[in-house]
Amino acid sequence: MDDIKVDLELDLKGLLCPLPMVRVSQNISKVPVGGVIRATATDPGSLADIPSWARSTGNEIIKQEQEGSNLIYYIKRIK
Amino acid sequence: MAKELNKKAALVVMSGDFDKLFGAFIIATSAAAQGNEVTMFFTFWGLRALKKKVPTGKSLFGRMVGMMYGGDINRATPSKFSFFGLGRWMFKKMMKNKNVTSLPDLRQLAIDLGVHLYACQMSMDVMEIPREAMIDEVEACVGGGFFVEQAANADFTLFI
Repeated sequence: MDDIKVDLELDLKGLLCPLPMVRVSQNISKVPVGGVIRATATDPGSLADIPSWARSTGNEIIKQEQEGSNLIYYIKRIK
Repeated sequence: MAKELNKKAALVVMSGDFDKLFGAFIIATSAAAQGNEVTMFFTFWGLRALKKKVPTGKSLFGRMVGMMYGGDINRATPSKFSFFGLGRWMFKKMMKNKNVTSLPDLRQLAIDLGVHLYACQMSMDVMEIPREAMIDEVEACVGGGFFVEQAANADFTLFI
C-alpha cells in the first residue's frame, strides 16, 4: 500500500468548508483516469466532505491518513 | 458502481442576510463540486447578492429603497447581531481570522463552478433595480414560472 503513485499533490491546508472538497473537484480532471491525487487538508470538516464528494462523483479514496493536524487523502480518479 | 452524475439542484434565495447568503453559496458551490447542475433564483432581498454597488431607483420610493437597501453583496448584514453594521464588521473579522472564504469570493467560486444565477424580474421591477445594476454573470431575469420548471426537474430544492 505504501507505493501508491501520486500524480498530483494538492495542498489544502488552512482552507475551510467548502473549499477542500471544491479544490479536489476542480483538480480531479488534471489527473488521468486511474490517476491519484494526494490532498492534504487541515479542516476536520473535510473528513465528511471529501468522502461524500467521492461517493457522489463516483471516485474513490484509496487511502486516508492523519499526521498531526494534517489529514491526507489519496483520491483515485475512477472516471 | 459509480452513480450517475448530473443531478440537479434548485435554490430560491429570498434573503439578503449575510449569514443566509453564506449558507446559500456554500451549499451551491458544494453541490456544483459534487457534479450537480445548480440553479440559484434570487428574489426580493436576495437580489442584493447579485447587485453592483450603484444607486438605483427612479421614483421617490424606489430611490428610498435604493438608499436604504443599497450597495452590493458586501453590504449584507447578519440576521442577528446586526447592530447597524457592527455585527457585519465583527463577523467579517472573525471569519477572516479563521480563513473562511468571503461572500464575494464564494459568489465568484459559484460562477467559476458553473452555477446558474437568475434574478427575479418582478422584484427588480418593484424595487426599481435595472438589469445594468446587476452583475454581468446573471444569466437572465426570470419569473416564478421559470423557477418552478427548474424546481420540478431538480433532484433537490432549497428555500433560503
